[in-house]
Amino acid sequence: MRTVEQLYRQVIMEHYKNPRNKGLKEEAGYKKLRLKNPSCGDDVTVQIHLQDGKLQDIRHDGSGCSICCSSASIMSELMKNKSTAEANALIQDYYKLIKGEEPQDMDALEEAQVFSGVAQFPARTKCATIAWRALDALINGSSEEDNDYEQS
Amino acid sequence: MLNKAIRSDFPVLVNNPDLVYLDSGATSLKIKAVIDKMKDYYEYYGVNIHRGVYSLSHKATTEYEETRDVVANFINAKPEEIIYTKGTTNGLNMVASILGKTLQKGDEVIVSELEHHSSILPWQHLASEKGLVLRYVDLTVDGRITLENFKATISPKTKVVAITYVSNVMGYITPLKEIIKEAHIAGAVVIVDAAQAAPHLKIDVKDLDCDFLAFSAHKMLGPTGFGILYGKKQILERLDPYEYGGDMNDDVCLFEASYREVPYKYEAGTMPIAEAIAFKEAIRYLEKIGMDRINEHEKDLIAYAMPKLLAIPGVEVYNPTTDTGIVAFNIKGVHPHDAATLFDQNNIALRAGHHCAQLITKWLGVTGTLRASFYIYNTIEDVDRFLEAVKATVSFFERIG
Repeated sequence: MRTVEQLYRQVIMEHYKNPRNKGLKEEAGYKKLRLKNPSCGDDVTVQIHLQDGKLQDIRHDGSGCSICCSSASIMSELMKNKSTAEANALIQDYYKLIKGEEPQDMDALEEAQVFSGVAQFPARTKCATIAWRALDALINGSSEEDNDYEQS
Repeated sequence: MLNKAIRSDFPVLVNNPDLVYLDSGATSLKIKAVIDKMKDYYEYYGVNIHRGVYSLSHKATTEYEETRDVVANFINAKPEEIIYTKGTTNGLNMVASILGKTLQKGDEVIVSELEHHSSILPWQHLASEKGLVLRYVDLTVDGRITLENFKATISPKTKVVAITYVSNVMGYITPLKEIIKEAHIAGAVVIVDAAQAAPHLKIDVKDLDCDFLAFSAHKMLGPTGFGILYGKKQILERLDPYEYGGDMNDDVCLFEASYREVPYKYEAGTMPIAEAIAFKEAIRYLEKIGMDRINEHEKDLIAYAMPKLLAIPGVEVYNPTTDTGIVAFNIKGVHPHDAATLFDQNNIALRAGHHCAQLITKWLGVTGTLRASFYIYNTIEDVDRFLEAVKATVSFFERIG
């Protein structure tokens, strides 16, 4: 049975109120991508500093619901110092988690496992993945700004 | 208060007995008579209109045209002033397009921050394309449009006023009659977005004296993909068609063509026939209840709900003086989408976000709001369930946050 307690864990609200790695850097060597969901107002910019195939730094900024903002915060902590290969594996596993499928390596998702409850709330999967899709695009190509996220 | 028994006329309510539907501002539920009428058309006389000489086509045409009479009577217009559209958005875009051609650089268009995107964006686009000047009526501290503020905005350069009848976020009724009078003195054409008015209020276009007025069938028990644009005949007659194609033309030659009379010159191609035919059942149903009683029912629900809602700590209501069944609110510290998930858990459907009216959301200084919109099938029990869910949402986020 789906319950809101499965969706809203305390750790989510904690990251929502005290986001980690929030605020963008002005320094050189960073690239960023902004994704928006105009239908609900989620608006997230993810910024990364890639060096020697590693995510030396990852930042985020923007506004949205607790699921959106906390998933950006938790992602930024999880991804720091990961290689692009590791990051890609984590992103794919996270997408699986959100869809209700079994991730390859659940433990590696660490705190991001708290989003497993989203699978029971299909209307909220976009909230939980918007920051991750931005990171996905940054690592794997696109870094244009102001890309509009598809409407739900 | 309307009799609860009417709920049995709505198959969605019959099939979801536990549902509290508070999103009629987005779309109303449909009555069985509308659904049956569409089915009848498809099953018994589902052929094209205006074209066939055979009797089935005559039957379809008669049913299709009968709706025009029913709609005309509903808003006190003449049948030839009733144009069928895909909905309010289509109707408002149509007016902007055909009227926009007659405007010159520097002409002023008055709009407001209460407008739905479909009432503002066609004019914003035309303004940038043609060098028109967009002017906004100042809203009062409550977020209302007043005659006084309108008079301060209008000028001899004003050519168009595009204005909402009922705000889809704040639920306020615009003092249209007085505004239209002033606009006409200045020589401006007035276009009314009546999407949130037609389902709830008695509309009289003659009394209002508006030049155009648009609404959607799907917000008033009717089918999706269909709407009405009312336009004064003498204005429509001198404007160009909107789309060119089948059924709207008269004599077609190699290098020129003439077009049919109003309203047919505005109905090109095969229209949503089933929807048009079925819409009259929705209007008949509303008329049978009576628009005054519908408005009264919504007011009674709000009068019961509002003081109780305002008394819940942690709730912020943006329109405590709403004139219709629309309540815009937030739970302090909780994003509206997070709150909406909690309501959904209690089987309460309401809207969260900017409601296609970002200007008023920005005016309120919020990223979005929750919106509960009440209609004829809502009951005191629905209000109680809603209030309980508000309290439960407040305490849930207090507990985990």
